[in-house]
Amino acid sequence: MSGVRVAGTGLTPFGNAPERTSRDLFAEATQTAFEESGVPRADVEAVFYGNFMGELAEHQGHQGPLMAEAAGVQAPATRYESACASSGMAVRDAVMRVRNGEHDVVLVGGAERMTNLGTAGATEALAIAADDLWEVRAGMTFPGAYALMAQAYFEEFGGGREDLANVAVKNHDNALTNEKAQYQTAISVEEALDAPTVSSPLGLYDSCPLSDGAAALVLTSEEYADEHDLDAPVAITGTGQGGDRMALHDREHLARSPAAREAGTEAYADAGVDASDVDLAEVHDCFTIAEVLAIEALDLAQIGEGISAARDGRTTADGDVPINLSGGLKAKGHPVGATGASQIAEVTKLLAGTHPNSEHVADATTGLAHNAGGTVASATVHVLEVME
Amino acid sequence: MSNTDADTDTVRDAGFDDWLDAAEDGEAYYLECPEGHTSLPPRRLCPECGSADLTEQPLPDTGEIATFTVTHVPTPAFEDDAPYATAIVDFGPVRVTGQIVDRDPDEVETGQTVALDITRSETTDERVIGFTSV
Repeated sequence: MSGVRVAGTGLTPFGNAPERTSRDLFAEATQTAFEESGVPRADVEAVFYGNFMGELAEHQGHQGPLMAEAAGVQAPATRYESACASSGMAVRDAVMRVRNGEHDVVLVGGAERMTNLGTAGATEALAIAADDLWEVRAGMTFPGAYALMAQAYFEEFGGGREDLANVAVKNHDNALTNEKAQYQTAISVEEALDAPTVSSPLGLYDSCPLSDGAAALVLTSEEYADEHDLDAPVAITGTGQGGDRMALHDREHLARSPAAREAGTEAYADAGVDASDVDLAEVHDCFTIAEVLAIEALDLAQIGEGISAARDGRTTADGDVPINLSGGLKAKGHPVGATGASQIAEVTKLLAGTHPNSEHVADATTGLAHNAGGTVASATVHVLEVME
Repeated sequence: MSNTDADTDTVRDAGFDDWLDAAEDGEAYYLECPEGHTSLPPRRLCPECGSADLTEQPLPDTGEIATFTVTHVPTPAFEDDAPYATAIVDFGPVRVTGQIVDRDPDEVETGQTVALDITRSETTDERVIGFTSV
């Protein structure tokens, strides 16, 4: 089917940049994206921007027009907020608008400034993705919520901290060649197991870091890409979105992510592919257990078998389906509003053969990006394919 | 940077604070619609089917710990409380999230039977949903 072309991608380094404003971060990402695309800014018809905690971190709401201005673009702009899935949602709406013929060229992306809040402040800010009355006021933190899921998973399917440590080790290994990654250092299973506990059974190395950063994409219609002879071989061919009850205790199952399954099912059908066609995936590993739940929900692992996938080498760089070749949120970093768009950027490069880790997936034609909000009360999935 | 300034502290959250009042009096409840869907307040409509016909039903006296975690890195609102055990407790018709208050966090296990017990945060003195063993 006809896809929406990814004409250009741009990422800032992810990491500690507490003094940098999100408008500056986003501007940098868009510079690279426009440069790479060869598309003039004047052709942009709309801006789709994801951001989660701008009100708390920068006392800044109404970020849509602010970010269009920062990008040097004069076009209507909207900010999307869906916790850590904010820019996944922005990508999805942008794709649908281009598909239905409303726009030929759009600027999509997201940014987050987090480290200026400090660890305690950022922990408090991240917690607002949960149900304030019934979860946050009971002392549930964001790592705590995923810890509740990890414990429930262990009870039902087995597995343990060492299996999760293997997920962290794999994603750190993948980030070694990613010059934009927050951590470009290998870790061992032993180091992960010895790290301080954040919220049992999860330790420091099960958790993604706090990050500042931005991502930008220039997306175009197929017609525009052809007419302008753009070098844009990769297209977004499937999009899906899922939802679930806000509070974890209201979910039918405490160790599954039906919103991710719903989004995946829709995206697979939309692209006309199924899970067996997926050559590589970037999934939302804000915590190691989240990667396990994601690959099961996306049918990239059987229910109950996702826990052993990294340890057994099925999802490592040279495994059947490499997961998070960018380093994932775990090692690449997780500036939350930028993450969904950054995953699209990574999959595009992996498929186009321009990623440092492309050598591991030389024949890949189909990739997937999964972005999740909160404890996966919201999720988006996108399928990307090589068009030529 | 805090979202718990004096104004929001003193204004009640209708439905939720009423539920905490009831729970402190031993009269905690859940909501049920004619289809038998169950939920926690404040709620005007059933989240499953949209029915506006919600009745209050007494929450069973005890529930079982479905999953738990011991939090060592809290939000500022629980700074002095850490480490503490947070659990999701299955009461049958509904599950509730809260803190295990009468037990060493290391002795908490899934499957343990507990009862609701509204407690206070050591950090903020705000009311917190808690559970004690029975």
